[in-house]
Amino acid sequence: MSILVLADLHEGQLAGATAHVVAAAKAIGGDIDVLVAGEGVQAAADAAAKLDGVSKVRVADNAVYAHQLAEPMGALLVELAGDYSHVLASASTTGKNVLPRLAALKDVSQLSDVIGVESADTFLRPIYAGNAIATVKSDDALKVMTVRTTAFDAVESTGSASVEAVEVVVENGQSSFVKQELAQSDRPELGGAKVVVSGGRGMGNGENFKLLDGIADKLGAAIGASRAAVDAGFVPNDMQVGQTGKIVAPELYIAVGISGAIQHLAGMKDSKVIVAINKDEEAPIFQVADYGLVGDLFEILPELESKL
Amino acid sequence: MKVLVAVKRVIDYNVKIRVKADNSDVDLTNVKMAMNPFCEIAVEEAVRLKEKGVATEVVAVTVGPKAAQEQLRTALALGADRAIHIETDERVESLAVAKLLAKVVDEEQPGLVILGKQAIDTDNNQTGQMLAALTNLPQGTFASEVAVDGDKVNVTREIDGGLQTVALSLPAIVTTDLRLNEPRYAKLPDIMKAKKKPLDAKTPADYGVEVASKVSLLKVESPAERKGGVKVASVDELIDKLKNEAKVL
Repeated sequence: MSILVLADLHEGQLAGATAHVVAAAKAIGGDIDVLVAGEGVQAAADAAAKLDGVSKVRVADNAVYAHQLAEPMGALLVELAGDYSHVLASASTTGKNVLPRLAALKDVSQLSDVIGVESADTFLRPIYAGNAIATVKSDDALKVMTVRTTAFDAVESTGSASVEAVEVVVENGQSSFVKQELAQSDRPELGGAKVVVSGGRGMGNGENFKLLDGIADKLGAAIGASRAAVDAGFVPNDMQVGQTGKIVAPELYIAVGISGAIQHLAGMKDSKVIVAINKDEEAPIFQVADYGLVGDLFEILPELESKL
Repeated sequence: MKVLVAVKRVIDYNVKIRVKADNSDVDLTNVKMAMNPFCEIAVEEAVRLKEKGVATEVVAVTVGPKAAQEQLRTALALGADRAIHIETDERVESLAVAKLLAKVVDEEQPGLVILGKQAIDTDNNQTGQMLAALTNLPQGTFASEVAVDGDKVNVTREIDGGLQTVALSLPAIVTTDLRLNEPRYAKLPDIMKAKKKPLDAKTPADYGVEVASKVSLLKVESPAERKGGVKVASVDELIDKLKNEAKVL
């Protein structure tokens, strides 16, 4: 078996997600290559070459792959996929954007959000917002799948794979990059943070989310939000934790003013320790929380910040 | 410009699902069904484009059992002009749906196709991207803003860490994210009118598409239940538990 892993990039650098996807590839077994595609991505390729278990890094460094737009990325993967039995990417917005194009062009199905590997053709994946786990077997010659990174522990960076250039350059006359606005933050990235503090509709408004800042600073935490808080316009969608947002599984998850709708639980119930702070003692979030504190968050948060 | 919008019949998002006792699938017997929430956003966007004079006709399409006509009638009540129902009782995977939609695109020649980014049953998030690949059209996935400008469309996308705007040549495929719009509710007179709007009944065979998939569903299980823990009385007790019991601080 031979597996191609599409590397995730964040502002041109290798994103942490890739080390988790390589771990999923190791669970399948076989030779593992990593494709780093973008513009000016040599540093990312060098970082990918250090990931344990990787035999070769293939680098497609060309302006047409800048920002990893779906159309050229899909076309590039189609060119390379013939060498492989599996193509994997993380279930990031890039992986989700690009991989189904490859699958369709190769006339195979795609498995989304894989959380477990039973064998080289049988995998586990959540359906219905994680309220059921499906075991699926693929008889397609090429297995195309996105991987939920929180389900696989990242591989170490002690390896030294070879790095080689991919000369394939595709055309793209259909789509072009206009602009990107990334949230600037010194905090850890939501998907990979060890501690996540999330606010819900109970926060009342966007301004009150500042109450979470001090706690997040002290814990080195990322800040998330429930869909209700996003829908209410308190915070941007990239902070959303849930079925339709980010899936997180930190060591500690603190849910503040979040009732615990099914779709939110789908995004955080694999966290190691869950703390819920809510004034409604009947809130469903308490059914999954290890530690629940019933009370007014506007009194609790300042006290918690000062005592941490 | 014609806009094609795809909708899916799924379990209502408020319903807690049950896994069948024989672990063959999720039990959908006597469960409330509805239009997938992201598809509602897709229909709303298409109807708004028509209200703005950008779209001239909105065509809704679904692939699914006879009962999925309900969701097409909903789309018609919300403002779609006509509907196409590709009827099948099979379990249809994203790839087969995309192949069927590609045939519809070929027949209808829409300027824009709008779909939900994912259905809340299988959570695949694939069909729009696959449709774009099969029709060789550009895609703007996870859209939070769609601005048609002459022969192109600017799509602002919800990506990890922020927003990205891409310009796509038309025709193009767009998939919706949550913040694109807030769908309206159908009004009673519109629901009555929708019953008279044209609805074409088709089958996958009419399009020469084989819906069988090479992916088989071996079993479906409930996830490990997470047990609720304890309530603490104060911030001090919480910090103590996190330090000394959970050892995460």
